[in-house]
Amino acid sequence: MPLISVENLSRRYLMGGETIHALRDVSLAIESGEYLAIMGPSGSGKSTLMNLLGCLDSPSSGRYELNGSRVSEMDDDQLAEIRNREIGFVFQTFNLLPRSTALQNVELPLVYSGMPAVARRQRAIEVLAQVGLAERMQHKPNELSGGQRQRVAIARALVTRPSIILADEPTGNLDSRTGDEIMSLFAELSVNGNTVILVTHEEEIARHTRRIIRIRDGLIASDQTNISPPPTPGAHTDTGQPMVP
Amino acid sequence: MGWLLEIKESCFIAWEAIRANRLRSALTALGIIVGIVTVTLMGMTLEGLNVAFRSNLAKLGAETLYVQRIPWEIRSYQEWLRYRRTRREFDWFQARQLERRITNAAASTLMTEGRFTVTYRDRSGSRASVIGTTADYELTTGVELAEGRFLLAQECDGGRPVCVIGSLVASNLFLNESPIGKRMRVASESVDVVGVLSKRGSFMGQFSLDNQVLVPAKFFVEALTRDSEFSLQIKARSAAHLPALEEEVRAVMRILRRVPPSAEDDFAINQQQSILDSFGRVSTIIGSVGFFISGLSLLVGGIGIMNIMFVSVAERTREIGVRKAIGAKRRVILIQFLTEAATICLAAGLVGLGIAWGVSFALASTLPVSMSPGIASLAIGVSIAVGVISGFLPAWRAARMNPVDALRNE
Ligand SMILES: Nc1ncnc2c1ncn2[C@@H]1O[C@H](COP(=O)(O)OP(=O)(O)O)[C@@H](O)[C@H]1O
Ligand SMILES: [Mg+2]
Repeated sequence: MPLISVENLSRRYLMGGETIHALRDVSLAIESGEYLAIMGPSGSGKSTLMNLLGCLDSPSSGRYELNGSRVSEMDDDQLAEIRNREIGFVFQTFNLLPRSTALQNVELPLVYSGMPAVARRQRAIEVLAQVGLAERMQHKPNELSGGQRQRVAIARALVTRPSIILADEPTGNLDSRTGDEIMSLFAELSVNGNTVILVTHEEEIARHTRRIIRIRDGLIASDQTNISPPPTPGAHTDTGQPMVP
Repeated sequence: MGWLLEIKESCFIAWEAIRANRLRSALTALGIIVGIVTVTLMGMTLEGLNVAFRSNLAKLGAETLYVQRIPWEIRSYQEWLRYRRTRREFDWFQARQLERRITNAAASTLMTEGRFTVTYRDRSGSRASVIGTTADYELTTGVELAEGRFLLAQECDGGRPVCVIGSLVASNLFLNESPIGKRMRVASESVDVVGVLSKRGSFMGQFSLDNQVLVPAKFFVEALTRDSEFSLQIKARSAAHLPALEEEVRAVMRILRRVPPSAEDDFAINQQQSILDSFGRVSTIIGSVGFFISGLSLLVGGIGIMNIMFVSVAERTREIGVRKAIGAKRRVILIQFLTEAATICLAAGLVGLGIAWGVSFALASTLPVSMSPGIASLAIGVSIAVGVISGFLPAWRAARMNPVDALRNE
């Protein structure tokens, strides 16, 4: 059974008297351990799809199963629990809490999952070390560089050991060198068995992944295995199957 | 996640948020501070009055009747004037008649009072309160002697020129010598001092109970003044005997004062209960005025808190979105903002409590007020409640926010 299974997913917005079809009858399956990119021009429905996959939003119609649970029929609090357990978000603008230290930011998802204070501190320290920020744990976001902030955000996404890492334009606010560093961090996460989904409009970024889903006007335009991902040491070879929309 | 842990985490978050907006939080809290100061002062005043009243009343005794011309409970000056005009005096003769005819009493004491100048040799004290009474006075009022003895029954029956003086009179007139056995003057009459009372203090900080001279009632009437108002203190055998005693006193008094059968009493049978009743009414009035004022300032303060919480929620929309994205449930967000509102109000409440505590020291010389644990916890409880109530609407709005919209917010 695939990790993510989506059938005929639609999302409509009502604006004034007009209905905007942000996503139309999208179907797709994503296996555990995949590293893929969702691509498309601005306004094509990438963020809408990511919000649905990330359980931040509910579809207007269609069915979504994540790790065996019927997400499309859940209420607000059940979705919050799923997000906490199954999903790690990385945003373009980092979205760290400005008054909290890096460590407190990373601990927060564990606070919501109810982990005792000592255990969660230990786990947060471990993950911060993993993203290379062992020396910066007591710093607040405004004392960190953009790349370091995004590393904190990635650590926060990883800390609950989620099934999926969802990143919406994660390098959009970074210079290209720092962007590359972040991309190699994602590659490393993928090698370690994490499922990583990137949303991007940059070919350069999508090239790093092993499957590229292109959407246009709320429809899947193509879904291909990336034949030439840059060589990553120890990369998996069994990529996801291309799907016919 | 346990409730306690949730609230603890929320307290940290709330404290951070409040610290980040110190001035704004402080200004908003002013209304609450004023409200809590009023609540606390009102509570302390009521409690202080209550304690003072009851401890002073306890001296009167629950099973004692006070027969007098004018009742204790008077609603207006006009009413008092009317009693003075229309009621015959309760004089020495009537008081003694009544005392003699009552059969149900355990004890009774005659009392009258006037103000006279007291002198010893060339030393002239100011005017003192001179009380004409009988030997029973020592028992019924429970006064204690510092020196000498009290008036004897024979002295009272014979109207002998002897006296027992209060501690203030003693220290004013007698320097470096014992007053016992000395001859002093009350008005122009010579009297021998036989005893000195222990210091008794003042009644609610107002008039001294120590500026007194006690003489036999008979002497008072025969030597000082004939037309003086009397009262008779009658003690029942027990509180259960009080109604029967009151009936008997009423019947005897109506005969003595020749009250026609259809007319109402032209005298008063006072007892402690009536004071307690009117005190109860006074405290209800103080209570409701105080309740109104503090309720009003807490309402205004609460609206301020609600307003500032709406601002806080709007400013932190994105933060709410992030928290929801990483797994905060509605309840967690709700508790977070409720805790924040409650923390601001609690801090304001503690400041208010501190101010009221300071004011209570300033008042302590005139009113017997003091901060009790009950009042402190009332103030703290009220401030937390105001925070939770006024924070609810903003917190509810935050809790119900859609995470996608919240994250999109700039
Ligand atoms: N909350 C919303 N209300 C109305 N229309 C929306 C909303 N969110 C997205 N849309 C519309 O849906 C379409 C897809 O948007 P989006 O998924 O954000 O695109 P992308 O992320 O690919 O730029 C756009 O036309 C956008 O205007
Ligand atoms: Mg987008």
